[in-house]
Amino acid sequence: MIPAQFDYVRPDDVAEAVRVLADCEEPKVMAGGQSLTPLLRFRLAYPDVVVDLSGLTELRGVTDDGDRLRVGAMTTHDEVMRDPMVAQHCDLLAQATRTVADPAVRHRGTLGGSLAHADPAGDLPAVALALDAEFMVSGEDGERTVQASEFFQDYLTTVLDVGDVLTAVRFPKMGGWSCHYEKFSQAAQAWAIVGVAAAVRLDGGTVAEARIGLTNMGSTPVRARGVEEACRGVPARADALREAAQSADAGTDPPNDLNARADYRRHLARVLTGRALARAAGV
Amino acid sequence: MTTAPEAPRTDQVGSPRLRKEDARLITGQTNWTDNIQQTGMLHVAFLRSPHAHARIVAVDTSAAMQQPGVTAAFSGADFAEEQGSLPCAWPVTEDMALPEHPPMAVDEVRYVGEAVACVVARDAYAAADALEAVDVEYEPLPAVVDMEAALAEDSPLVHAGSGQGQGRNKAFVWPFTAGDVDTAFGGADIVLNRRYHQQRLIPAAMEPRSVVCRPEGDSFTLWSATQVPHILRLMLAMTTGVPEHKLRVIAPDVGGGFGSKLQVTAEEVLALLLARRLRKPVKWTETRTEGFQTTHHGRDQIQDISIAADADGRIRGLKVDLLADMGAYMMLVTPGVPVLGAFMFPGIYKMDAYSFSCTGVFTTKMPTDAYRGAGRPEATYGIERIMTELADEIGMDPMELRRRNWIRHEEFPHTGVAGLTYDSGNYEAATDRATELFDYDGLRAEQRRRRDSGDPVQLGIGISTYTEMCGLAPSRVLGQLSYGAGGWENASVRMLPTGKVEVVTGSCAHGQGHATAWSQIAADRLGVPFEDVEVLHGDTRVSPKGMDTYGSRSLVVGGTAVVEACDRVVEKARRMAAHMMEADEGDLEFTAGRFTVRGTERPATTMQEVALAAFAAHDLPEGAEASLDADSTFDPENFSFPHGTHLCAVEVDTETGEVDIRAYTAVDDVGTVVNPLIVDGQVHGGLAQGIAQALYEEAVHDADGNLLTSTMADYTVPTAADLPDFTTDRTVTPSTTNPLGAKGVGEAGTIASTPAVVNAVVDALRPFGVRDLRMPCTPQRVWRAIAEAREAERSEGGQR
Amino acid sequence: MPHIRVTVDGVRYDDQVEARRLLVHYLREQLGKVGTPVGCDTTNCGACTVLMDGQSVKSCSVLACQTDGHEITTVEALASDGELHPIQQAFHETHALQCGYCTPGMMIAALDLLRDNPDPDDQEIREGLEGNMCRCTGYVNIVRAVHKAAAAMRAEAAGSEPRTHGVPPQVVREQEPTPHAASGGA
Repeated sequence: MIPAQFDYVRPDDVAEAVRVLADCEEPKVMAGGQSLTPLLRFRLAYPDVVVDLSGLTELRGVTDDGDRLRVGAMTTHDEVMRDPMVAQHCDLLAQATRTVADPAVRHRGTLGGSLAHADPAGDLPAVALALDAEFMVSGEDGERTVQASEFFQDYLTTVLDVGDVLTAVRFPKMGGWSCHYEKFSQAAQAWAIVGVAAAVRLDGGTVAEARIGLTNMGSTPVRARGVEEACRGVPARADALREAAQSADAGTDPPNDLNARADYRRHLARVLTGRALARAAGV
Repeated sequence: MTTAPEAPRTDQVGSPRLRKEDARLITGQTNWTDNIQQTGMLHVAFLRSPHAHARIVAVDTSAAMQQPGVTAAFSGADFAEEQGSLPCAWPVTEDMALPEHPPMAVDEVRYVGEAVACVVARDAYAAADALEAVDVEYEPLPAVVDMEAALAEDSPLVHAGSGQGQGRNKAFVWPFTAGDVDTAFGGADIVLNRRYHQQRLIPAAMEPRSVVCRPEGDSFTLWSATQVPHILRLMLAMTTGVPEHKLRVIAPDVGGGFGSKLQVTAEEVLALLLARRLRKPVKWTETRTEGFQTTHHGRDQIQDISIAADADGRIRGLKVDLLADMGAYMMLVTPGVPVLGAFMFPGIYKMDAYSFSCTGVFTTKMPTDAYRGAGRPEATYGIERIMTELADEIGMDPMELRRRNWIRHEEFPHTGVAGLTYDSGNYEAATDRATELFDYDGLRAEQRRRRDSGDPVQLGIGISTYTEMCGLAPSRVLGQLSYGAGGWENASVRMLPTGKVEVVTGSCAHGQGHATAWSQIAADRLGVPFEDVEVLHGDTRVSPKGMDTYGSRSLVVGGTAVVEACDRVVEKARRMAAHMMEADEGDLEFTAGRFTVRGTERPATTMQEVALAAFAAHDLPEGAEASLDADSTFDPENFSFPHGTHLCAVEVDTETGEVDIRAYTAVDDVGTVVNPLIVDGQVHGGLAQGIAQALYEEAVHDADGNLLTSTMADYTVPTAADLPDFTTDRTVTPSTTNPLGAKGVGEAGTIASTPAVVNAVVDALRPFGVRDLRMPCTPQRVWRAIAEAREAERSEGGQR
Repeated sequence: MPHIRVTVDGVRYDDQVEARRLLVHYLREQLGKVGTPVGCDTTNCGACTVLMDGQSVKSCSVLACQTDGHEITTVEALASDGELHPIQQAFHETHALQCGYCTPGMMIAALDLLRDNPDPDDQEIREGLEGNMCRCTGYVNIVRAVHKAAAAMRAEAAGSEPRTHGVPPQVVREQEPTPHAASGGA
């Protein structure tokens, strides 16, 4: 399979990237290229220009940003999952990133690319949503910050305009929280049938606070707010968390596809949310 | 110079020699067809039908011709006069439907992916671009996707019209009966009826298909990623009219086949025709999606099986009624695959009567054909599943039921109800070894504990005690089954003047390690070092006679031909040596490559010395020729029958439906082992493919006939992370049908493992009332089976 | 057309490539490095895995023009001076290959794993190779081969051998595009 012809630009900085994008008719931004290249090869994408962000070293790496971690959009999955600051402050992101695809893909694929691609079966959007990550976007009108709850609009669709570049994602430092990403797939390398990103803050033996994002339970990642509420004040016991997770599929609209029908996904969301909460709570 | 013989060895057979093939494969010095470059070579891309069924109204290639780098573009109509019809070598019945199968569709397309046009360009990139400029107008026709619906009176026809095979979707009915089935069933205490599905599979060899064809005057050299260069040459000659002797077919390094490269494909025919028309070398290599859509598929049967037994478990009779999905056309052995299964449904069991019927059905999907096991895995699945269900029905341990019915060791040779004579076997020994390695009793105890405690993770134990027919095949049997060729194999042995040896074989390895195993055989027979043997194969000009590699036949048939050819060399050398040693031929002993005169201390004459003397030819025995070379064409008298006992333990998470293989033990009896390393490897790979059918793989079509699993992202070929380690061992009961005592091992693991795994999953779920699961047993299917069984239990409870 | 300077298996190349040209096609068609095969269209099979600056990547999912300034190592550079790399030796000795089509990618993926984890257990090996498909071996002997190579490489690293584990050092040579290479682009 061979891509159709396109021009190729590798800008040196964000400003140039934004300028180039503004000049193109139908550009495609390439981050790690691990989702885009297959699309190009199947000729499902016909960009006139591919704007490769791999030259933007400024978008690579993790920095301390006060009460948040700033993860550059071009930081590879491999870098994210090995980063000591991510491990210390935002282990949910590290855990979920370790389940993305396979080692070779993780060497190329990037956090920003995965989030901007916005595949609801991808593992990272649910994490970003659960943690209320902030998306730093540069566009023709300058820089802006978008909340995770607004970022994901629909299947493979985000608030990013054609001329926008996602530059970084800011995750809260999760001091005092513990977390677990529970991924359920048909085979190791496959996309999640359902995934659950869960973080809990315990107060003594009870759950003080919980955050839950669901992977592949709709056209966007979904926040299981009902379960988050139901968890509050619940004893940190497997049976109680399991009970609290019974509403995990409320308000979701899971897809029917080759791997699973919607009713099975709903069931899995409930079971896996219970398990993810228990694992996060260490019980 | 002769090579001074090393310490004489005749123990190569049976030793785990490291493979000769590896040296180039681990260093990237490979010769895959797609690696082949020719000066001036053009690249071919095919435009393929997006419809499962449509009339071709018009094909316009003119815009494609205007694209940069494009040499030519053709529609099927452009080749209508010369492309012929792709061959089917196995018309299983006289009235079998055999519709025309043009390599490039001319009037009608009958599956998604069927080629309708092609572009020939300076490179693959230009060809891919130009393909988008080809314009085809279709008039869609109704797709025929479901086999049972295809047989309905009012079903649309895959092949309308009035020629042979047209006007009906039922392609053939092939019946077989042995014994008095009515009496067997009428007198039985228990009759169990079951319907099992063999899902459609995609063979998915790692190397995509590829073909290169170079014209040379009126001759052609064609390289192809094929298992069957000899069959391919013959069939290309018959299809295109290019004379056989003007056609050289080479199978260079071939990256796996599993049956999928036992085929004569549209692209191979068209590469030849394009090279002939354009007078330039051409290359075509499939993309993975092209491969999934248009390299033949495997399995795809609905099996209605009835078994009749006494209350004590003795089997009285078996009835099998198959529907087999042919797909849209009959390819090389499409109809023969399910028919081959007819002989295997009775498995290792004795019974009074047996009937079998196979109905071949056309649908608008890619044709099915041989896939690892070809008919035998399907049959083994049917019998091993229903035996397990029968055991449950009469409340007997499933292994005990098998013991009561299998052919006992002392009963061999045994002619079974399907008419095959099983020459040897020891099911007791393999089973005893397997149950010991597996800790069968211990796992059963754990299973009881988990059932009693209501553990959400249940344990299931599956058994498969299988046999298969290998060593395809006695030519007379193939003749009786209407197969178009014989089942012999050829080998020739060339003694070079320096004492080195070339073994030329008609078998055609594509991963099986023949270069190593054949070297071991020849080294022992000729008494020369293993390293002094070179195995030549896969080129019709180097190895002109052959029947190629499939059906676990190569060692049993081709290896025997090597043995016979070597023995003939030794006999010629014996005469020569006697002459050299001025001794009587009858007084010569031949051991480990050395001729000695019995009862004397005279120095030995080595094989290498004889080879040099034969080459020099200064002083030959009266009437002898100046050559030690010999060949053999071996035609087996009977099949060989590997067997074994496979045991699988699965853990099933009843909350999610996830199945995890906790232990897998395979004890196989493949007869005499030439190379245990290679045999173990074949078993491992076979297990992986059989387990993949049980748990992972399925070619899924939508109602319009589109293949939904057309990429490796959708069709789940398991990776290392998805499969367990295996415990393997062997018993050795040599075959009596060939001098090596070998039985074949290429398909055993695949045949045995699928029912072992599914039996284990069903066993885990039996307490819930689950009695069957469709393959692959995906988490969703397992969960749904539990949910439905619980629902059924609830509603039954409610009625009470 | 983008211009790249890339080092492949120790040789420096200075080439014009079409923007859309995939790295694996550049290697195979333009450089004649056919040791790295193509197995799928979707980054799933891993047959085309090579090292880019020492890390495994699937060369069907990297554009050739993205390798500008980088170093690529393929299976063809694993052996040096006729001596097999421990990973090659281990694949041979444990019969970890049959048809051999997945083998280049599998070995490269294994090397990447061992760079990261010199003494992996069975599960770590299986997960480390989750991006590489093999249809012949059932993976059993591949897992054994990685264990064996790991042991050999650890011993090598611990000993006085000058060669450290991982990729053998290369002598970098300049090379003009070959005539063969020039025919690749459209």
